[in-house]
Amino acid sequence: MNTSYILRRLFYGLLLMLGVVVLNFLLIRLAPGDPAVVIAGEMGGATEEMLESIREEYGLNKPVLTQLGIYIANVAQFDLGESFFFNQPVTTLIGHRIGPTILLVITAQLLSIVLGVFLGVIAARKPNGPMSAFVSVFATIGYAVPVFWTGIMLIILFASVVPIFPVEGMQSVKLRDAGFFVKALDVLHHLILPAFTLAIIYLAQYARLSRASMLEVLGSDYIRTARAKGASEGSVLFKHALRNAALPILTVAGLQFGNLISGALLVETVFNWPGMGRLAFDSILRRDYPTIMGVLFFASFMVVVANILTDLSYRLADPRLRGR
Amino acid sequence: MKHMTRLLGAVSLAVTSLAAPVFADGGTLVIASTQVPRHLNGAVQSGIATAVPSTQIFASPLRYDENWEPQPYLAESWEVSEDGLSVTLNLVQNATFHDGKPVTSEDVAFSIMTTKENHPFKSMFAPVDTIETPDAHTAVIKLSQPHPALLLALSPALAPVLPKHVFGDGQDAKSHPANSAPVGSGPFMLEEFTPGEAVVMKKNPNFFIDGRPKLDEIIIRIIKDPSALLIAMENGEADMYPFMAGSQEIKRLEKAEHLGVTTDGYAAVGPINWLAFNTASEKLSDVRVRQAIAYAVDREFITKALHRGVSAPQRGPIIESSPFFDESIPSYDVDLDKAKALMAEAGFADGMDLTIDYIPGPKEQQQSLAEYMKSQLKKIGINVTVRAAPDFPTWAGRVGGHDFELSMDVVFNWGDPVIGVHRTYLSSNIRQGVIWSNTQQYANEKVDEILNAAAVEADPAKRKALYAEFQQMVAADLPIYWINALPYHTAYDKKLQNVPTGIWGTMHPMDQVSWSE
Repeated sequence: MNTSYILRRLFYGLLLMLGVVVLNFLLIRLAPGDPAVVIAGEMGGATEEMLESIREEYGLNKPVLTQLGIYIANVAQFDLGESFFFNQPVTTLIGHRIGPTILLVITAQLLSIVLGVFLGVIAARKPNGPMSAFVSVFATIGYAVPVFWTGIMLIILFASVVPIFPVEGMQSVKLRDAGFFVKALDVLHHLILPAFTLAIIYLAQYARLSRASMLEVLGSDYIRTARAKGASEGSVLFKHALRNAALPILTVAGLQFGNLISGALLVETVFNWPGMGRLAFDSILRRDYPTIMGVLFFASFMVVVANILTDLSYRLADPRLRGR
Repeated sequence: MKHMTRLLGAVSLAVTSLAAPVFADGGTLVIASTQVPRHLNGAVQSGIATAVPSTQIFASPLRYDENWEPQPYLAESWEVSEDGLSVTLNLVQNATFHDGKPVTSEDVAFSIMTTKENHPFKSMFAPVDTIETPDAHTAVIKLSQPHPALLLALSPALAPVLPKHVFGDGQDAKSHPANSAPVGSGPFMLEEFTPGEAVVMKKNPNFFIDGRPKLDEIIIRIIKDPSALLIAMENGEADMYPFMAGSQEIKRLEKAEHLGVTTDGYAAVGPINWLAFNTASEKLSDVRVRQAIAYAVDREFITKALHRGVSAPQRGPIIESSPFFDESIPSYDVDLDKAKALMAEAGFADGMDLTIDYIPGPKEQQQSLAEYMKSQLKKIGINVTVRAAPDFPTWAGRVGGHDFELSMDVVFNWGDPVIGVHRTYLSSNIRQGVIWSNTQQYANEKVDEILNAAAVEADPAKRKALYAEFQQMVAADLPIYWINALPYHTAYDKKLQNVPTGIWGTMHPMDQVSWSE
């Protein structure tokens, strides 16, 4: 893999980030509603002087392009500004929440890939069998059902009918003073429903994708050769076939990362998961510009990084691409 | 093998604690809330979200009992001078801030002046000229005019005593960093504040009232999704849920065996749900049209049917549970014939078109009522279009900008009429762009006069008479049609003792709350 390729990818990534920052800034300003009025409303009403002083304090009385210039200059120095609403640095607010979001997204990603691929492989073995039919139906439903609906159904099922999972939050406040081990189990216990909810839609996609990809690979000559030399079924499926079928899965996994993050917004809202998605949602309602832009900045950053990593890992996984 | 046993023990312990929520040590109170505080300093911010934690962290000169009577708090005694122009506070000697520094009259003076300058409720301390501090434990508030609302304004929810050595460093109080990491002298100390998630407060071991607080810890958990919040209450993850207003929520938690539900604790808040008229609009400038609308709307139907009996009717501008409420106020009981006659008299026999806005929030109080108005007002020939706002800023922009005809709104009384009632009716408070000012643009010189007189009237009986006159006048002019008191309820675990049900409810120090086991 050559360095100029990596540098080129990084440069494009940077350019993309700049575009994202400018677009975010302008789009948010297009939404009606004055943040000063929201802040004053939260304070219980205000006088004109107070509104003016709020606008002055947050630089809202400057021309929009000037505000944009200042913002880009600040972001270049990794300063995302202060939340209008909480009067705290946006980086602090995001710092509190990025961990839970990453935990949720990565868990959902792993869960969907592992389970999805497994189902796909099983289905591909007998393309006309009942398992294959099940995977196809499950995939269609999983992909079609909105994620918040799945979440709400799971909440109803596991809160009212069989109450075995907590339905909101990331940890139980009453275990605040417990040891690390108990706390970790507690987080895991809270994680299951939201992670599964988020995973379902992608799990379905991976299942279908790996089924199709495996079917194609299983028909190829080298699989027949592997079978002919007496390799076990497991070895044929998971060693010879899956490795070759994995490339499209990997690509999709990278591309899905962005969708997962936007899906996390909904799941976090439904399950009261203390992550960035909920922060973004609440901040939009509050017209808390710096926080919205900060969250969008971080989310885009994660997507850009994920895409670059996918590109690079693609080359690692496929020896044929390495020299290019 | 020994390790294995230990590990198994830990796992089984963890699993049991996960399966059945257990009380840590009986000393923690978990309050569930849908309200997100910006920060925890009630001196520069009004609202429930800040007031609940702020009143635990900061003490104040006075506190109030359930009969609207002032009680000693940081001030062990107080005197109002004959002419009503000075109020002397004698502070307790043993109060300290959470950082160990003593609470002095300097801090009290600093706090009231900071609140005067920064709090949105300007009328609370507007008449305060200076505060003299003859010694470390005496503060003398000098007023430019008598100000009977002052004592109520010295409540924990409105007058937190800030440490001057922290907040007096010259930074803007509204965005002071200590607002999110406050040091007070109240019964609980801030342990952790995660914006939008939780406020954790630990017992103040050096609290100046002996033997209090009883609890070790109060945790406020913000759960924005009401259904998740209800489940948390039902399964014991949360112990108290104040400011619950949905009839379904109330009915559901009433069914939970381990929970009690009360309407007490909201007298001072005085949350009134009302229909506001833009009296400057051509169609609504005629009082007969406003009265016709009032006669067409069935308040009883709203409270009994739409709100399923959980809300109480509200006939006037002052909350009915306040001592200032005037029982004889006309109630505009539903009378469609009279309404139609009034419309005809006003020259609208053929009806008219009107738009109704509503403040975004729980559907039941606002949106449903706006939709009800649409069907009900059709009966007297008024064609109502319901105009939804996607969020608060949009709605506030319309109503604050006087770009509305009818709007559903919720406004709080905040204890004394001077604080929360005058702002809606004084013609001097017609301010374009300012939400919860006199957005109805109602102007009546006589009403202005009465309100200004009531603000300085020291004699409680005379003051009450002035407010009675005021209520009769605005009920006749009808810049607003008052509908119901917001049905705030508190759900609480029945094992809790001394649940806060005074006039300020949970916006009051919870130093006497305890677990019975």
